[in-house]
Amino acid sequence: MKYKAGEYEVIVIGGGHAGCEAALASARMGCRTLLLTLNIDNIALMPCNPAVGGPAKGHLVREVDALGGEIGINTDQTLIQVRLLNTGKGPAVRAIRAQCDKKFYQRKMILTLESQENLTVKEAVVEKIISRGDKVRGVITRNGAEFKTQTLVLTTGTYLRGKIIVGDIKYSGGPSGQQAAVKLTDSLKDLGLEVGRFKTGTPPRVDRRTVDFKKMKEQPGDTKPLRFSFMSEGIIRPNVSCWLTNTNKKTHEIIRSNLHRAPLFSGTIEGIGPRYCPSIEDKVVRFEDKESHQVFLEPEGMDTYEMYVQGMSTSLPEDVQQQMLRSINGMENVTIMRTGYAIEYDIIWPVQLHPTLETKNIKGLFTAGQINGTSGYEEAAAQGILAGINAALVVKEKEKLVIKRSEAYIGVLVDDLVTKGIEEPYRMLTSRAEYRLLLRHDNADERLTELGWKIGLASKERMERFFKKKKIIKRELQRLSTFKIKPGNKSLNEMLVKRGTAPLKKVITAAELLKRPEISYRDLKNCMDDWPDLDPEIEFQVETEIKYEGYIKKQKEQVERFQKLEDKKLPDWDYMQLEGLSREAQEKLNKIRPISLGQASRISGVSPADINVLLILLEKRKRSGSVP
Amino acid sequence: MHDGETIAAISTPLGEGGIGIVRISGNDAIKLLKKVAKPYRKKNWEECRSHSLHNAYIVDKDNEVVDEVLISIMRAPKSFTGEDVVEINCHGGIVAVSKTLEVVIAAGARLAEAGEFTKRAFLNGRIDLAQAESVIDVIRAKTNTGLKVALKQLEGHLSQKIKVLKEKLLEILIQMEAGIDFPEDEVPYLSPDEAKRKLKEIAVSLKELIDDAGRGRIIREGIKAVIIGKPNVGKSSLLNALLNENRALVTEIPGTTRDVIEEVINIKGIPLRIIDTAGIRKTENLVEELGVEKTRSSIEEAAIILFMLDATTDWTEQDEIIARELIDKEVLVLVNKIDVQNSQEISNGKQYFKESEFIYISAKEGMGIKDLENAIIKRIMGGKVVSPENLIITKARHLKIIKDAYNHVNEAISALQKGFTDDLVCIDVKAAWLLLGKITGETVEEDMIDRIFEEFCIGK
Repeated sequence: MKYKAGEYEVIVIGGGHAGCEAALASARMGCRTLLLTLNIDNIALMPCNPAVGGPAKGHLVREVDALGGEIGINTDQTLIQVRLLNTGKGPAVRAIRAQCDKKFYQRKMILTLESQENLTVKEAVVEKIISRGDKVRGVITRNGAEFKTQTLVLTTGTYLRGKIIVGDIKYSGGPSGQQAAVKLTDSLKDLGLEVGRFKTGTPPRVDRRTVDFKKMKEQPGDTKPLRFSFMSEGIIRPNVSCWLTNTNKKTHEIIRSNLHRAPLFSGTIEGIGPRYCPSIEDKVVRFEDKESHQVFLEPEGMDTYEMYVQGMSTSLPEDVQQQMLRSINGMENVTIMRTGYAIEYDIIWPVQLHPTLETKNIKGLFTAGQINGTSGYEEAAAQGILAGINAALVVKEKEKLVIKRSEAYIGVLVDDLVTKGIEEPYRMLTSRAEYRLLLRHDNADERLTELGWKIGLASKERMERFFKKKKIIKRELQRLSTFKIKPGNKSLNEMLVKRGTAPLKKVITAAELLKRPEISYRDLKNCMDDWPDLDPEIEFQVETEIKYEGYIKKQKEQVERFQKLEDKKLPDWDYMQLEGLSREAQEKLNKIRPISLGQASRISGVSPADINVLLILLEKRKRSGSVP
Repeated sequence: MHDGETIAAISTPLGEGGIGIVRISGNDAIKLLKKVAKPYRKKNWEECRSHSLHNAYIVDKDNEVVDEVLISIMRAPKSFTGEDVVEINCHGGIVAVSKTLEVVIAAGARLAEAGEFTKRAFLNGRIDLAQAESVIDVIRAKTNTGLKVALKQLEGHLSQKIKVLKEKLLEILIQMEAGIDFPEDEVPYLSPDEAKRKLKEIAVSLKELIDDAGRGRIIREGIKAVIIGKPNVGKSSLLNALLNENRALVTEIPGTTRDVIEEVINIKGIPLRIIDTAGIRKTENLVEELGVEKTRSSIEEAAIILFMLDATTDWTEQDEIIARELIDKEVLVLVNKIDVQNSQEISNGKQYFKESEFIYISAKEGMGIKDLENAIIKRIMGGKVVSPENLIITKARHLKIIKDAYNHVNEAISALQKGFTDDLVCIDVKAAWLLLGKITGETVEEDMIDRIFEEFCIGK
């Protein structure tokens, strides 16, 4: 029996990392929001690594946080190990990575959602999306509840017609033994969306009491209290180690002799899997010469014996999984608690979206996370917050938000998805960003917090903190550029020689001295009296701004040039009617419907000549005031 | 994009007499004359009045005279583009025009895109709305024709070298990028010294390419036309007939091998480099002859192919073998020996070629040679075969790209020397790699990511 169950301004389907951010963002922006999830207990689940961050991913976390999102804060409060990566590779690519207490992470997030004003959380299986004309209207659940809404955000993760595969066993289901959402795909197809099928996988989990850590290498976390969120101050968390071991010839022999039973090679798996997240059988086949692969054991939490076996993602049959794990040093007697599996799921091809993450053919319908073909909690959260923001902006009848490639990794991510399209699960990489030196994790707040505040998402407290930090940085930069150091400073000269650079011969400003690659802010501070005591993150940012001034300036100039094309907005043209464009360009432009000349220029098949033609047509339109 | 940059290009089709105009437009158009033009009488270019004419010499950076020219100066806004415009009228033929353009670009101008002058004229309101369509036509037409063909012809030796350098840059790049994006994976470490050594090698090769191009080697080669046909069909006679009709610009090109006879002739002002494959090792076995690498590469690099048939023997198996090699190429079919009494109109083999491609000649008697010349010219003007103008543009563009790439490689080396981190070094390595890709036209940023996953076992 169908019944009217209520009316909302924003409904979010799915309680994963995208759904949480989307629901919180729209609720925080003042919209009456409903979050529907298959299972409340599984909100914010980490079905793969119990870890957040790393290069590019950590950057995304910081950006979501800077806008007023939750993933950073939630991670900081539940992490059990944290490390700073890429310390030697430069300021642009430094990143934080944290191990989380999986269950605690969920508990915290669920509580945050429950406590959020304007937000209702309900358990339900959504089976149908209702639309009228080209506008979304509501959803119907399996139990017959009909919810009306102005906007809908789909964050279905790997649940759409999810299928679990272990060896020759194949059954319908979501990750971690959950139910799949079976009927929703048909509803999406009815709305005219094109659907694809991807695959991902996860390794077995083992009982830590059956692991011999003496045979493994310990990987402790950093002792410094590194945190993702610009709001996390003084949070004390435990520091639990991870452990490193390796596969060996015997492991590889076991895998090779069982390849005929591997769904990846037998044709059982139809979905397209990610190259950056290969299963162990894939690694052994593709990198035949490699005699050993790294295996990390990561704790799943403080109050569990379960450990995650990173590097051993597999869909081999259960008996083979046990054999191969037991061939690994330190895991001879290991007990598997959860079996590794591959999972296939439906996605929608993301070129069907605007850069706001709204679908092009259904107004008010947004999609975020794995449904758009990405992988990773961070990528999901980044899209989730953007979709949530834009759903709220639609409700408020305000201009929708598009984040540019020059502003944030979120911008790079979304632009890649909607402009270039994807062929396999998409993972964020720093090498995908053109302006990497500007998109650092230390300045995410500088790039996005004001924006988050303007749209009504970032809190006043966050804004005040940001202003305070900005002021300190500005003051310190000013001080350093005028602070004169005399050549007579003995301890300074000793330090300079020790760092392999020349001692001072004449008066020089602190900023000039900091430009020497060998010298850090800390070095200077240690040699000088009356030096201010700043937060280490601020010190680092100040140092980066000074040391890499030349490069930063160059990238800023590039951004200015890039900006010119981004600012040229394209009308909703029917490109097939426009003369002068190549046939391929006409077709691609009609499909992607770019919002700006800049976006158009990134579509493969649209040549510089086509861009010039568009430029002329824009000018013509401006002069005549009409659409050609 | 209309961005105030100063642009330059050859603005006239190069025809008979070799007169050509290099047009410069933009804020620095007049300013850069100081670097490239020496007036007869001492004068300050920036003080010259609008719409004035000046005699001058164009000089390169070593102060060597490139050409004696007439320079016209038109100041904004009363110029074609609405910006400051300088036009350099060159007299010294194609080589001089080409060199002048090079010098202007070296002085800081950017090579204009197809139709860019007209585009600027429109955007600056110098052309009215009614003419907008014609601007689009210009952009379209200039892009569609010539340049692609020119690219193909220039590729030969250049693109091979560029591809090798590009690959070397990519190897460095993916190692650094993989290390950055996957710090916890086993990516082989590239030490700064090793990176520096590799980059220096690349810099040396790029410098060689720049020096090579500077000697004008590429342009002097002209448009490549290849004469091909079975033995005794009359290839050498045709070459002689063409030489008799046309003044030879160069009779001997240094560095060419003895196997292939090459002559450069001048048809209506267009230099045509004729390659006679008759010079290829004489052998009874035509298959073997065709298999000779040189013939194949001659065909591959040729802008136009003159395929000779013998009117006295009809279509033979040997013709068939050759014809199969010529599929999708620009071909003119010459039916030779029409002066012989019982000659016939070749009937077989026509399925390979269009009717319009058949020209009937007698190389020995000089019959039909004018028809042949006209046919060649028609192809060039129609954009099917590269025009010298496009050849020059393509060359100038390539040179500029190679120079820019060279600068980026040096920046990367200097960053490594200063002890800068990988994230900064990558910026210039990547820029150089992307630039070289513009020449071979096959770099997509996604390639880099593909290669990372191919090369390194990465991921959890």
